Amino acid sequence: MFALHEGGHVPVVDPTAADGVFSLAWLVIALPLAGAAILLVGGAIAPKRFAAFGHVLGTLLPIGSFAISLAMFLSLLGRDEGDRQVVQHVYDWIDVGGLHVGMDLLYDPLTALFLLLITGVGSLIHVYSIGYMAHDPRRVRFFGYLNLFVAAMLTLVMAENYLGLFLGWEGVGLASYLLIGFWQHKHSAAAAAKKAFVINRVGDMGLSAAIMLAFATWGSTSFTVISANADGASEKTMTALGLLLLLGACGKSAQVPLQAWLLDAMEGPTPVSALIHAATMVTAGVYLITRSNFVFERAPDAQTVVVIVATVTLLWGAVIGCAKDDIKKALAGSTMSQIGYMMLGAGLGVAGYAFAIFHLLTHGFFKANMFLGAGSVMHGMDDDVNMRHYGALRAMMPVTFLTFAMGYLAIIGFPGFSGFWSKDKIIEVALAENWVVGACALLGAGITGFYMTRLMLMTFFGEKRWAKDVHPHESPAVMTYPLIVLAALSVLGGLMLAGGWIQDFLSPVVGEEVEHDPPIPALAVTGLAVLIVAVGVTIAIMLVGRRDVPREAPQDVSFVTRAARADVYGDAINDELVVKPGRALTGGLLVFDRSVVDGLFSGGALTVGGVGALVRRAQNGFVRSYALSLLGGVLLVVLALLAVNLA
Amino acid sequence: MDSVTPFIVLSAILFTIGAVGVLTRRNAIVVFMCVELMLNASNLALVAFAKQHGNLDGQIAAFFVMVVAAAEVVVGLAIIMTIFRTRRSASVDDASLLKY
Repeated sequence: MFALHEGGHVPVVDPTAADGVFSLAWLVIALPLAGAAILLVGGAIAPKRFAAFGHVLGTLLPIGSFAISLAMFLSLLGRDEGDRQVVQHVYDWIDVGGLHVGMDLLYDPLTALFLLLITGVGSLIHVYSIGYMAHDPRRVRFFGYLNLFVAAMLTLVMAENYLGLFLGWEGVGLASYLLIGFWQHKHSAAAAAKKAFVINRVGDMGLSAAIMLAFATWGSTSFTVISANADGASEKTMTALGLLLLLGACGKSAQVPLQAWLLDAMEGPTPVSALIHAATMVTAGVYLITRSNFVFERAPDAQTVVVIVATVTLLWGAVIGCAKDDIKKALAGSTMSQIGYMMLGAGLGVAGYAFAIFHLLTHGFFKANMFLGAGSVMHGMDDDVNMRHYGALRAMMPVTFLTFAMGYLAIIGFPGFSGFWSKDKIIEVALAENWVVGACALLGAGITGFYMTRLMLMTFFGEKRWAKDVHPHESPAVMTYPLIVLAALSVLGGLMLAGGWIQDFLSPVVGEEVEHDPPIPALAVTGLAVLIVAVGVTIAIMLVGRRDVPREAPQDVSFVTRAARADVYGDAINDELVVKPGRALTGGLLVFDRSVVDGLFSGGALTVGGVGALVRRAQNGFVRSYALSLLGGVLLVVLALLAVNLA
Repeated sequence: MDSVTPFIVLSAILFTIGAVGVLTRRNAIVVFMCVELMLNASNLALVAFAKQHGNLDGQIAAFFVMVVAAAEVVVGLAIIMTIFRTRRSASVDDASLLKY
């Protein structure tokens, strides 16, 4: 159906032992992990004492990880291109029978970029949380969970084998559950946490099955071993492996059909949304596919499925983003869509891996920026999330407005901003590989322009629509400084593309950039993308900016809007396809158990009891009747013996 | 007819008399005597077969039966005595409390 690329060549993972600054790699994970342990245990034992300094400790530790990551990154840059893969053996983790798994940490260009993103943006989110959660009585615990989240994500991207990756993968799932449901007194938050956990479990099943398949095929889960012996496996095995990995990636990265948890995950405190959506968690799926490039390059069918899933998701999320009045949910729809772009890049193979990671990084900057900006707006608006109650906030919150505007210009792909470069590259590659996919990506860019402009206009422009007792104000400096840093990164993130730096830097992991002949010149693609975005922005200005925004959402809306408000019926589909048949199955099993299984057992018991009640009449207490039965028995035996002997 | 046949016939007659006595009589002492009769009938059969086969196996078995019968008489009579003391009756049908 899709004429995708020829299988490209990817390099094998061949790391050298860690020395120098790289021997500190384990500390990157250990610092936030220690923070989580100290804050969660200490906060439970001596809450008052820890409340005084818990947030400072919880922030300094990820910053420490960032410092080490930065030192390792600089040291890596100093090495030859062929020598940029380092492995550190921390300890023997599992050594049972034929299964030998070491707690090995792999540090290569891909991991290096992820470490910088996770610890860098993660640290900024920690700083911001000091202000955002200032009035929460459980702030120490919150920081403990945040540290746990960061530590798990770092384990995920640093592990040298699938099992270690799985450990981090599950840790991220656990931490996200704890954080989404942090305000557990709210029923909706508790339900959202459960939903995220359960849907992620479906994906995790895929990943664990993939690990088993990998172990069955190669007898190892190490990236080094698998990538070196990847040619030994049949294409069927590789396709199965690729599809299972994709299932795992769909769960964590909220790709269709496992996307339904992402919008509900907005129930968590806003810094959590920023952490989940920008630096960690949802990027894990893209990382998994990029890291497993040695599998996907040998399974073109699986790659095609990745591309289809990604294309559907990028449109699905964009449509949702258009109709949401909740500022965080609109941004969540946008995240889904942008992750779709990254998956698209990763699904396109060697031509796209580097750009997927590039978009992941720039998205990490501008989406963290915008989520934290949304949190800042909510902070000033008494935690109201409904954009219909906003309006004209640009004068009240100048810093939030300006930083948010940088994120906005970046995500719609305004020329020169980071998102412009990264999204443009993915669209370009997609168009070169397959024009249908490319056209969908272009359409998605247009819709992005529409929904982000709508969000911007409803929040910062137009008439005031606040309730009377709300007094919007700018957030404290501890919240605005992270915004300023992230805004600067949103603007300048595109520099990573300068001179093809990021492709060259990532080439030891994902292979050399392949030359492709686009059907239309790259410059024309860029022009077309900008034009389509401009159309989207213009439509938004005509529909939202030129009219009054009613405080209540109008109900007489088109079918498309209704569908988008209902998350394109994601929950309804899950209900019909999974929940209801599941309920029917359990109900049926219950009836079967009660009638057939229980019936068999109690029926058997009743039969034995009934027969016993009849037969015990023989025990009548009269010795002579016993004697008679004895005699009768003896006669029978004798007759039987005679019959046998005479016969 | 072999020389042992009359003994076997007698033994069968004695055994039948004993069995019928056990089944029909109510007095425990009489039932007891009938049981003894059955035991002695079987003893007679054992001894008769021992003579026919020309070895002592049957005779030794008869001694065993006698010893067991003696022991059984002691225990049985004691039980009958005790029942008679408590119930003033030696009828086996009256002692029918141990039942379903």
